[in-house]
Amino acid sequence: MLKYIIRRLIMLIPVLIGVSILTFSLIHLIPGDPARSMLGEKATEAQLESLREELGLNDSYIVQYGRFLGDILQGDLGESIQSKEDIAIQLLHKLPATVELTIFAMLLAVIIGVLAGVIAAVKQYSWFDNISMTGALFGVSLPIFWLGLMMIWLFSVTLNILPPSGRLTSGVELNTITNFYLLDSILTGNWLAFKDAFLHLLMPGLALGTIPMAIIARMTRSSMLEVMRQDYIRTADAKGLKKHFVIFQHALKNAALPVLTVIGLQFGLLLGGAVLTETIFSWPGIGRYVYLAVLGRDYPIVQSTILIVATIFVLVNLLTDVLYKYFDPRIRYE
Amino acid sequence: MESESPLLKVSNLHTHFFTKSGIVKAVDGVDFDIKPGETLGIVGESGSGKSITAMSILGLVPSPPGKIVNGEVLFKGENLVDKTDKQMRKIRGNEISMVFQDPMTSLNPVFTVEKQMIETILAHEKFTKKQARKRAIELLELVGIPDPQKRLKNYPHEFSGGMRQRVMIAIALSCNPSLLIADEPTTALDVTIQAQILELFKKMQKELDMAIIMITHDLGVVAEVCDRVMVMYAGKPVEFTDTTNLFDEGKHPYTLGLMNSIPKITAEKQKLEAIDGVPPDLRALPKGCSFAPRCKHVMESCLTIDPNLREVDDNHLVRCLLYEESESKKAVTP
Repeated sequence: MLKYIIRRLIMLIPVLIGVSILTFSLIHLIPGDPARSMLGEKATEAQLESLREELGLNDSYIVQYGRFLGDILQGDLGESIQSKEDIAIQLLHKLPATVELTIFAMLLAVIIGVLAGVIAAVKQYSWFDNISMTGALFGVSLPIFWLGLMMIWLFSVTLNILPPSGRLTSGVELNTITNFYLLDSILTGNWLAFKDAFLHLLMPGLALGTIPMAIIARMTRSSMLEVMRQDYIRTADAKGLKKHFVIFQHALKNAALPVLTVIGLQFGLLLGGAVLTETIFSWPGIGRYVYLAVLGRDYPIVQSTILIVATIFVLVNLLTDVLYKYFDPRIRYE
Repeated sequence: MESESPLLKVSNLHTHFFTKSGIVKAVDGVDFDIKPGETLGIVGESGSGKSITAMSILGLVPSPPGKIVNGEVLFKGENLVDKTDKQMRKIRGNEISMVFQDPMTSLNPVFTVEKQMIETILAHEKFTKKQARKRAIELLELVGIPDPQKRLKNYPHEFSGGMRQRVMIAIALSCNPSLLIADEPTTALDVTIQAQILELFKKMQKELDMAIIMITHDLGVVAEVCDRVMVMYAGKPVEFTDTTNLFDEGKHPYTLGLMNSIPKITAEKQKLEAIDGVPPDLRALPKGCSFAPRCKHVMESCLTIDPNLREVDDNHLVRCLLYEESESKKAVTP
């Protein structure tokens, strides 16, 4: 198992090199002069030349790529063209915000989705099955921006029980260590901040988690229905095991593989798809960061963010593959 | 015959399946009893209702669409039909256990044999995990699995078919049941392994003094292990007698047909005599005797009169008009 993980980690290297080549090429795929497209029509030739010099655009591609890769390996992601801020430091603050939101959304989606799917399968054709599966159909069909706005209108404007935006209410103090606010508030024992950060997470988490929740619920249901017909479930019943034991252990572990696949894929999608949610809820994560960078043609930011999101995506896939083995011991990694 | 009170008494059992295309009368009036320590064979083709009879005893008939519409299953004086699912789970795997046909699919592929054995023991006995583990090792030893301590850690896919069936039997024996129902336990196995498993059943029965219901389509298995035999056709028993009597004095045309379809080692090669036709559609049984359309000795009255099970000799019941007028024996079924 350990061998497999190490081998997979080594195999990551060519994948990441591929990703880095693609992100590097991004800047050269822009039609025309990258410097001009970044600075706009009104830039003077001197300004353009200095930007070219700064970005090293006058060197050969190989040299440029080598420099790009070397910088990244040293943790230097360059600086923003517009604000001149160090991108690595920016991402250190913004990436945890997005990852925290994504993990929270995924947790909501998995817990509610799996539970709904299991109950719907066990009580097939019952009112719960009908309602939850209709709900799931709505869930995959609702646009996030609409759902997000409706939630803000209902919970923040009308009922005034949840904060509409941001990660913390201004005035709430929190010493940041990891920049994962929930984690930091636990580490520092700051329960006031924990509650505040949690409340801030609820709406964006739910908005972001709706689609994966719906997909997971439907996948769990169909997978469970398939498994519940198997002989070994009949055996478990014949052994006199308690019903919840049969369902949540014997059946669910067998039904987990396809669900796990969906969870892995959705997690990657959420990281990239957080842009809309972060924009609606003014969430200071990489989604909004990269969105603003695209608008401002701040290519170094776009490059760095893509590279990091791609890396996380690949790592999540690796984790999914490793978890397969836990759920199904018959899988062999040779 | 009445010397010992029966361990299990099934009377007038009717189990029907309510499907969209009609009511399937899978079990349609079955009566039998079994004494402690006795082996009863239930023989018939696929679809004759023998497995559903067993499932009905254990309350394992999938519902919906299946339902026990009439009848009694008295086990140690208590009617199992009236028990709730929760009450039945206390009996299953404990006082009555079951071994299924296909050992390849009857064990849960994602759990170790240890877990699958221990959970059964812990479900019914007040054991610690350690005691349960010790018991599991004893059981594996009992059913002839070498090196049980090590094998306990294995997953089902690491065992051969015969070994898996031994594991299934070990699980079934874990709480010293007074009744073991074996549903075609040797059908999926190689012939040499079949003999070993049957031997194991006989040995276990002697050591643990339990009653066995052996469901099979193989008269060879019946001859090997059963004390008494019930032959079933289209959801009803058609002949019921001692094993030796069945082979010497079998009367029902269906029983005789079954016996003729067993290959015999004779000097010359002979064509096997198959029973013509196929088992009837249980949704639309013919008027009169269900076997009449396939019967060699069919008479005009067979097509209109459905015969009762009659005692034609001591401890020998037959459902056939051929033996109806022979002597004025009283009908056994009400």
